[in-house]
Amino acid sequence: MSGESHHGSSGHHGNESHHELGFLRKWVFSIDHKVIGIQYTITSLCFLFLGFCLMMLMRWQLAYPLKPLPFIGHWFSEQIMPGGIMLPEFYNSLGAMHGTIMVFLGVVPLLVGGFGNYVMPLQIGAPDMSFPKLNMMSYWVYFCGGVVMLASFFMPGGAANSGWTSYAPLSVISQQGPTFYAKFFSGQTFWLMGMVFLITSSLLGSVNFIVTIIQLRAKGMTMFRLPFFVWSQFVTAFLLLLAFPPLEAAGVLQLMDRLAGTSFFMPSGLIVSGQAAPYTGGGSPLLWQHLFWFLAHPEVYVLILPGLGIVAEVIANNTRKPLWGYRIMIYAIVFLGFMSFIVWAHHMFMTGMGTKISAFFAATTMIISIPSVVVLTAMLLSLHRSSIRFSVPMLFALAFLPMFAIGGLTGLPLGLPASDIHLHDTYYVIGHFHYVVVPGSIFAIFAGIYHWYPKATGRKLNEVLGKMHFWLSVIFANGVFFPMFFQGMAGVSRRLYDQTAYAHGEAIQSLARMSSWSAWCLGLAQLPFILNFFMSMFAGKKVKENPWDATTLEWAAPSPPPHGNFLTEPVVYRGPYEYSVPGNPRDFYPQFVTEA
Amino acid sequence: MIVAAMQIFSHRRNATKRLFLGAALWVLAVGLLLPTATAFAQAVAADTSGVKIDGTYGFGLPPDVSEHGWQIDRLINILHVFMAILFVGWGIFLVRCLVLYRKKPGHAASYELLKAKPAKYAEIVVMVFEVIVLVGFSMPVWASVKNDLPKDSENPFKVRVIAEQFAWNFHYPGPDGVFGRSAPQFVNGADNPAGIDRSDQAGKDDLVAGELHFPVGEPIICELTSKDVIHSFFLPVMRIKQDTIPGMRIPVWFKAKQSGNYEVACAQLCGNNHYKMKALMVIEPRAKFDEWLKKKSEIIEFKED
Repeated sequence: MSGESHHGSSGHHGNESHHELGFLRKWVFSIDHKVIGIQYTITSLCFLFLGFCLMMLMRWQLAYPLKPLPFIGHWFSEQIMPGGIMLPEFYNSLGAMHGTIMVFLGVVPLLVGGFGNYVMPLQIGAPDMSFPKLNMMSYWVYFCGGVVMLASFFMPGGAANSGWTSYAPLSVISQQGPTFYAKFFSGQTFWLMGMVFLITSSLLGSVNFIVTIIQLRAKGMTMFRLPFFVWSQFVTAFLLLLAFPPLEAAGVLQLMDRLAGTSFFMPSGLIVSGQAAPYTGGGSPLLWQHLFWFLAHPEVYVLILPGLGIVAEVIANNTRKPLWGYRIMIYAIVFLGFMSFIVWAHHMFMTGMGTKISAFFAATTMIISIPSVVVLTAMLLSLHRSSIRFSVPMLFALAFLPMFAIGGLTGLPLGLPASDIHLHDTYYVIGHFHYVVVPGSIFAIFAGIYHWYPKATGRKLNEVLGKMHFWLSVIFANGVFFPMFFQGMAGVSRRLYDQTAYAHGEAIQSLARMSSWSAWCLGLAQLPFILNFFMSMFAGKKVKENPWDATTLEWAAPSPPPHGNFLTEPVVYRGPYEYSVPGNPRDFYPQFVTEA
Repeated sequence: MIVAAMQIFSHRRNATKRLFLGAALWVLAVGLLLPTATAFAQAVAADTSGVKIDGTYGFGLPPDVSEHGWQIDRLINILHVFMAILFVGWGIFLVRCLVLYRKKPGHAASYELLKAKPAKYAEIVVMVFEVIVLVGFSMPVWASVKNDLPKDSENPFKVRVIAEQFAWNFHYPGPDGVFGRSAPQFVNGADNPAGIDRSDQAGKDDLVAGELHFPVGEPIICELTSKDVIHSFFLPVMRIKQDTIPGMRIPVWFKAKQSGNYEVACAQLCGNNHYKMKALMVIEPRAKFDEWLKKKSEIIEFKED
């Protein structure tokens, strides 16, 4: 079977044209977008869980500084946790790897590689992605990146420990050895190599997404009949395509600084622990920050846009009503995408910026908040005079709205340079972006899993376990992150191994304990989900192709869809959210149905 | 959300479900209330490293001893009130929708979309508000704290701050009031952490301390730099934060309105002992400060003899 067979404009694949594939080609080195989507989903869910475990470890040190970790403390080597007490270098490794794994190996691959790959071609009525082999390569390059990142934990000196932002010169001088061998086999070097893999994977994916959305839409599927989720993937793909190359270049430059003795990010006259550092100098530490944040700000929108897309789908489906302002929402996210390229320096207000430059970046930051408010308002207004079905995906989508609002609103004092003077690099920042990512993106991910699981497996996830998962998660997620705003206000810096070293930290150490206990409970709250996820594959309630009475194209395909997706070539007759159309006997009017 | 919660629980159909939900609620109650209770039980001031740190610290902003700090605090307060209003507004709308428009027999969703004039007005209010806080409240403070340094005629007191893994060095010009030449090649461990050229006439009396002392009520300019990696000079009670970047010298200025012992913190991850990279900040009346400076210079002279 060749990849070319997917490029045909017919889109129809009779089963007789395919011979049965071996296990390896069907499930491991598959070029079917659905299998690749599932591979991405499972891999990144594992990474999400790993990243969360790293954080639960850190939370012990934060809650009970310098106390031995009970029960599992002796599992770790004496080099990183002597007597069960975490060393600062191990703490810093955990912090850096938590961020890296969550962002680059967990949430983005799950939202784009997982949901994007699985759902997007189905929603546009395509038989597969435009470049199925490129799609497979994208997954395997991502997989290699993950392996390299995991391998870094076993390097002498442990995994990278200069934060997920890897600011030079710290990242260049840390974990350095005397020989090339020692320099190469170090956590930070592996981090950089892993990043190069991950970025390459995202670039391959983004090209594929853009071409697929432009080229492979079914007959009648105009751009303004695309579901909002597809639009969010479309904008996301452009962000990935344009923002990642600078970081790829920067990663290679930092590798050169570490391995080849260049000084792209190293200024002259560095003195490290009393010794002149062996760098020729003349470089700029700020150059790294500019290159990094030029990626990492659009990356923030990569984290949230597909999440907004999922929530929009789930809300439209469960309110049984068209989305409010479908076109306005699309214009808003396109504008958001453009703006996200000119706000990056608001992460760098404290680097010695003058009034004019800081005013520019503060102004663009205020402007970018407007489309976010528009999208959120549109989703809220969609609830008005609807008929809300409180299914599990809808619960997650509904919780997303106020939680994402908290995340968005707390960006305001950080985006204004004056209030940022006090709040920059404190726990307030951590609270802010975790509210965006955890009850934001990750809740959207859960909503998406509960929503599309029946499509992928032909079975529904269990409702009771789902509701348990939801209520525990929503409460404990707030328990983890809300105290952080108080910590930040009090002036507790982020990335502190022990906040009780400072008077203002010691006074509110109880808040750190509250966060920690909530984090561990949040960990327990995921057990019903894990159980549900695996059990329902075999024991879940069997469903037909359209269990949610939905309108978009993916529900025209059988559950699970066969290779080539649709039994007959789908044709699109109307917009994506025609619910409760007057005069229609049923309260949904699918895109693919000729008449009611 | 609470209403929505009750909603869902009223729809429970069988005993198993009820059991699960009951158990879940219990876990919630115990898991959330216990830590909250312990959290609010203690919020006290503390003293670190033997020196009593002044001020009461707790859940809100730390005490403010700077002259400009009230403007930053006011901005933070305004923003949070605005955020709260917006959030409560959205919340009321959300909860109202969840209660009124839940799925029930005989009720269908309306195909017509809401004519949302109020939403448009809310949007405009947000925009106008953002322009006002940016132009009216944020930029002026920023310009005065980070850009408009006191002129020489105001006789500002200058200190050079040299950060290194994991200590702060404060370089004073000494009795002559002039900084000597300094360069990386003169750095010599603990003897000369700031790299002062002692052969330079102006550098002979320069002194370096591990504590930041300065007089109350006078404009102070700190010129920040770093020897190795990026650190961040953070004075929580002074509402000052500024990265110290190797290869750059960045000034910040402030004026203290009251004396006391406070902490200098590092706000940027700078390595393993980042969390211990702090220094004592002593704000004192001019006479006491002069006395301290004199005593420090005598130690230097003594060393040179």
